[in-house]
Amino acid sequence: MGFPLLSLIIFTPAAGAAVLMFLRSDDAARWTALVVTVLDLALSIVLLAGFDTTTHEMQFTERVPWVPALGITYALGVDGISALFVFLTALLGAVSVLASWVAIERKVKAFMASLLAMQALMLGVFLSLDLFLFYVFWEAMLIPMYLIIGVWGGEGRVYAAFKFFLYTLAGSLLFLVGVITLYFHGGETFDILALMALDLPFQVQSWLFFAFLIAFAVKVPMVPVHTWLPDAHVQAPTAGSIILAGVLLKMGAYGFLRFSLPMLPEASVYFSPLMLALSALAIVYGGLLALAQDDLKKLVAYSSISHMGFVTMGIFALNLRGLEGGILQMFNHGVTTGALFLFVGLIYERTHTRSIADYGGLMKVAPVYTVFLALFTLSSMALPGTNSFVGELLVLSGGFAANLAVGAAAVLGATLGAAYLLGMYRRVALGPPSVGARFKVRDVNAREMVAILPLAVFVLWVGLYPKPFLAIIDASVNHLLTEVHGTEGGQ
Amino acid sequence: MEPVISIRPLLAVAIAGLAALSVLLLNKREKLRDLVSPLAAVAMFAIVASMAPTVLAGGTVELRLFEILPGIDFAFRVDALGMVFATVSSLLWIVAAVYSIGYMRHLHEHAQTRFFACFALSLAAAVGGAFAANLFTLVIFYEVLSLVTYPLVYHHEDEEGWNGSRKYLVYLMGASKSVLLAALALTYAIAGSLDFVPGGLLAGANAPAALLTVVYFCYLFGFAKAAVMPMHAWLPAAMVAPTPVSALLHAVAVVKMGVFCVLRVVFHVFGAGLVGGLGLGIATAYLVSFTILMASVYALTRDDLKARLAYSTVSQLSYVVLGAVLLSPVAMVGGIIHIAAHAFSKITLFFCAGSIYCASGKRNISDMAGIGRRLPWTMGAFFVASLSMIGVPPTAGFVSKWYLTLGSVEAGEMAFLIVLLASSVLNAAYFLPVSYVAFFGAEARESPAAVREIPLVTIPLVATAILSVLMGVFPGYFLALAEGAVR
Repeated sequence: MGFPLLSLIIFTPAAGAAVLMFLRSDDAARWTALVVTVLDLALSIVLLAGFDTTTHEMQFTERVPWVPALGITYALGVDGISALFVFLTALLGAVSVLASWVAIERKVKAFMASLLAMQALMLGVFLSLDLFLFYVFWEAMLIPMYLIIGVWGGEGRVYAAFKFFLYTLAGSLLFLVGVITLYFHGGETFDILALMALDLPFQVQSWLFFAFLIAFAVKVPMVPVHTWLPDAHVQAPTAGSIILAGVLLKMGAYGFLRFSLPMLPEASVYFSPLMLALSALAIVYGGLLALAQDDLKKLVAYSSISHMGFVTMGIFALNLRGLEGGILQMFNHGVTTGALFLFVGLIYERTHTRSIADYGGLMKVAPVYTVFLALFTLSSMALPGTNSFVGELLVLSGGFAANLAVGAAAVLGATLGAAYLLGMYRRVALGPPSVGARFKVRDVNAREMVAILPLAVFVLWVGLYPKPFLAIIDASVNHLLTEVHGTEGGQ
Repeated sequence: MEPVISIRPLLAVAIAGLAALSVLLLNKREKLRDLVSPLAAVAMFAIVASMAPTVLAGGTVELRLFEILPGIDFAFRVDALGMVFATVSSLLWIVAAVYSIGYMRHLHEHAQTRFFACFALSLAAAVGGAFAANLFTLVIFYEVLSLVTYPLVYHHEDEEGWNGSRKYLVYLMGASKSVLLAALALTYAIAGSLDFVPGGLLAGANAPAALLTVVYFCYLFGFAKAAVMPMHAWLPAAMVAPTPVSALLHAVAVVKMGVFCVLRVVFHVFGAGLVGGLGLGIATAYLVSFTILMASVYALTRDDLKARLAYSTVSQLSYVVLGAVLLSPVAMVGGIIHIAAHAFSKITLFFCAGSIYCASGKRNISDMAGIGRRLPWTMGAFFVASLSMIGVPPTAGFVSKWYLTLGSVEAGEMAFLIVLLASSVLNAAYFLPVSYVAFFGAEARESPAAVREIPLVTIPLVATAILSVLMGVFPGYFLALAEGAVR
């Protein structure tokens, strides 16, 4: 075992959170949080730079016995499926700190500490190779998120935080049952790689599949267990929304990729039509809901449901394009929706309204803001040339190969996406000025640009040159497909 | 023949992009800013022209930038078909740039910097599309074109402008995010690539005929810029834009991009063989024939000159598609050169409409009685361009209609011969009265002396009228390219 890079990535923000407690001034807290997240981002770039794209094996692994009697190990590792999300988490972590710079006015230290703790736990989820360790990270994530929404949220924050907590906890309990079942079927081990090699009877697989499905579906969220999401987003502070949409929603899809598909391959294949149908439902229903929103944040929240439908559709198309597209779309959605929530936050700080009807003609008063908003809006509707289009094309291509009707439903969702996103943009940025007349809206400042620019870079980079990103996931996806289908490549 | 590897296709796109940037940077210095567009246009035309000898000799100029997905590159390939479109666009940009300066200055239009920047960007998109080597690259430029023309359409920022531009975007984006997206994903799923292949990417595809038929129609309606009915309503709605923008939409870039994409799909995605084998050629021909005739009837009923011209464009675009789907080589040649013929004549007509508006503020044909005596150059050019639209020798329109007519005979489809003739009669019926009223109508009230030709507006429109005739007399260049594309 070499240099413990993964532990360092996880514990840097954790240590940062601890240090914050001893600081006096709010400004010191802000700067410390920023330095820590940027350092963590640098570490994640080191990880990607050293990442070997030719193998599906776990890399940078660390193993330390923890509770040997119960077969619990402190085991970390990264493969093509998790590598991108480690980077995404670190990137959005830094963006979140910048987004909270002035938006959070009270208990700044505690807020920044919660953000950093959240980041450490999310990274832990993506890097765990031990199911017990995974479960600890997975459950512990609820606490800082609950605080971020419940303490620093809007007027209905307590209700929203409680609803978020209940939904995810209910899902997690079933997940725990699944974990224990796996533990006993796997010969009393929590080693994720060993559990992947298990050949479980179909019936056991089916039960586990549904236990996992409920846990992961709440996180994604899939229709009909999505109702916590709009409440949580509307009440959460901007940073909370960025983390929630950018990373937390990916956890569910990651769960499918890490557990359901490799550990329960026959059940995954057997139930894939159901999953495809649920995905199509989420795509269309989420799109219709987004179409009806006047609240900017709700609109982006419902669009997430639709977009995450594309992700699960790609995953359960169970072919190369679908899976690659699904994973790429997870990354894209993190970048783009994170950016959109950032933009909603920026404008809310200035005008204290989120109602689209209150806006209009922002182009005249805040041109830089509206130009970048256009970029992210177009990225969200997957315009060719932006990141989401590459993912969407792959997902649709895989989806059509799996089932023509599901593919067609997804196209309908894409059309709805164009409708609500362009409609939103037109009403906010174009037309006769309304906000500009009543409020003084200042354009983005340097600090805000620092948060926006990296996200903008990824929109165009993935949109025009996605090869490096696909190279990272390629070997692991191919391996996953062999595990699911039992043959090479699998179509 | 080995393809020539060269950076010139990228350069042609980049020069328009740089022009847009320079326009933005020179925001406050109007004189200098206005110089940028004509200069860039000349440079772009020179770059495009420099590739013409290679293409005319049957070669291609290629530039492969990088791989996007397996089977999909971001790449340029200049072939004969793309050369037709690029030549037309870059040549007409020169005149359009001069005309825009005259028009915008005369009317003291607001937001001129935005106008000229977006205008330059739409040229970058058009030429990028013309040179695109595959569907992915083409669609990127296609969408960029929709976006950068949107501010041009809402230019006036009044109620009418917002509504018209909204319809514009809803149609174009709606079509591309629904049926076009489906067509792309299905093509990629079936063929594993989105490259343009001579003879057709899908020609040897192992897919059910029904599915291929669906994909085909998804493309036909997905490329809504081709304005095949019922995807045409955005074009009259976009008439709210200033006249130079109408010229851009109708002649230089936008609708030409639409029919160009359809031709790409017919020739290089499906291939004439597959289109014929599936029986789609004749089906499409009937569909576009309906568009040709119906749009002409609409045009007859419009008194607003620009609206009449808009419906005329809807009708004329379907000539291009008709030529392609008749699947006879002669008809294909006719369809391809009609891109150029229609562009030269239609830009003249729009320039004239703008000139009339600048000089007199008049938009309705019924108000234009006697205006030809005030604006002899403008209305003279209008008459010449009208003749070309009708297809009277020796104008450009005659050449393309001649080939289309011969082609429908060669294809053995007499029905379309009748469509072409009937449409020509309709063209005459809605164009000639304009000239008649302008020259021989009695002015209701003596128009003020201020109604006179504006040099910066009139010179370009005379130039394009001459181009319309020149192409009729010397059609060799475009014919050679079209024959190269069909071969």
